[in-house]
Amino acid sequence: MADYTIPDDLRYSEDDEWTRTDGDIVEIGVTDYAQDQLGDIVFVELPEVGASFEQGAPFGVIESVKAVSDLYAPVSGTITQVNDSLVDNPEQVNEDCYQSGWIVKIQCSNSAELGELLDAATYSSSVTDRTS
Amino acid sequence: MSDERKTPLYDLHCELGARMVPFAGFAMPVQYSSIVTEHKAVREQAGLFDVSHMGQIHFQGPEALACVERLITCPVASMAHGQVRYGLLCNDAGGVVDDVTVYRVADDHFFLCVNAANIEKDEAWIRAHCPDEAGVNNRSDELGLLALQGPQSPAILASLTDFDLDSLRRYRFAEAKVKGVPVLISRTGYTGSDGFELYVDASDSADLFGALLNAGEPHGLIPAGLGARDTLRLEAAMPLYGHELDDERSPLAAGLDRFIKLKAGGFIGAEAVTSAKEQGLDSSLVGFELLDKGVARADYAVEKDGQEVGRVTSGAPSPALGKSIGLAYVAKGLSEPGTELDVIVRGRALRAKVVTTPFL
Repeated sequence: MADYTIPDDLRYSEDDEWTRTDGDIVEIGVTDYAQDQLGDIVFVELPEVGASFEQGAPFGVIESVKAVSDLYAPVSGTITQVNDSLVDNPEQVNEDCYQSGWIVKIQCSNSAELGELLDAATYSSSVTDRTS
Repeated sequence: MSDERKTPLYDLHCELGARMVPFAGFAMPVQYSSIVTEHKAVREQAGLFDVSHMGQIHFQGPEALACVERLITCPVASMAHGQVRYGLLCNDAGGVVDDVTVYRVADDHFFLCVNAANIEKDEAWIRAHCPDEAGVNNRSDELGLLALQGPQSPAILASLTDFDLDSLRRYRFAEAKVKGVPVLISRTGYTGSDGFELYVDASDSADLFGALLNAGEPHGLIPAGLGARDTLRLEAAMPLYGHELDDERSPLAAGLDRFIKLKAGGFIGAEAVTSAKEQGLDSSLVGFELLDKGVARADYAVEKDGQEVGRVTSGAPSPALGKSIGLAYVAKGLSEPGTELDVIVRGRALRAKVVTTPFL
């Protein structure tokens, strides 16, 4: 079974998204495990800047050769920035999911939700449970 | 996955890191490395597929020729020994029971290679239309099938056999030994690239797969899964049963006229197919490319000026072309190359253009 990179300094959702929090701004992408499961990413449908989403609501779509998957907001809030470079280079999600493959930044409207995110060890065991 | 059947190569696929998925009742590899990598390997070097889930139904006996001729839309009596043809099994209403390749082994011996999802349906259909003297024998479980596809395939296979592969033209087959294993070598495939399909005893299939991978490594051969098989066949605009073909739709709508002996007739469904041709078809299969970014997928609606005019049957990003392509049934009058259509993706209209097929 492949070893997946799960950085210690990030927090994770049960939908295989990572978050990097700076004040109330939460940067969001999909995890190494998610990009590997999806396979070759060929299209990312991004939300509009200014759009608001409740925690758990679909905010975008990620497509691989074979599959269409929703992206779910790990926290409630308003989109402040989207990674436009994914429009022409969606493969960045496969190549560098934690840096250049980031997807959106959300201004979190409910800081309590940040506490619900998983730490790296908990997320790692969730991946292990699903792959063993 | 416990309910799925396994091909004899199941353990080897897992060792090679394949992602196994359920397909037509079998656990099959959808990819080993990545669909795009495997796709490009087949176009540029070579890829090796396990397609042992496909079925083989043999006919051997005094009534074999007459039965196959009646079951299949392509001419059969004119086939030479060692020849392969593509054809359809039609039902009485002129729909398609299955699309198959027909192999003529001898005067009185043929076999059909059939889609995995249709093995039981085909066998029941065939047995209902053939007497005992046709010698119908479903050998699907006894036989493995490997597909070695891509421009390096001849060099790779030649390194494992004394058989003169140059003498084997497209849609011809011969029996030979490959690394000591008896194999029926068929110069056919479902990718649009040169290559071979290798029929082998199920018990020998893992050894043959391993020997080919080893021999092919210096030529860039990698194992390839059903994901790449689907994108490859789509670029070649080869129909996939259950997508472009089904029990209801006329094969003429799919543009398969040249595989149908309409003049000679004599096959099951001939009257219905002829009558459909005379009445004119209300839709036809077209190839399209997306002009906007996105992916068109099976069952998405196709519109013209806001009116639904058809449905996508298959769609994927084309690794060779770097754009999204697809096949769709569209209403009469909208099939000319250059015709602009919309494909509805999650409520949004993406612009598409009808193009000639195959796409490459």
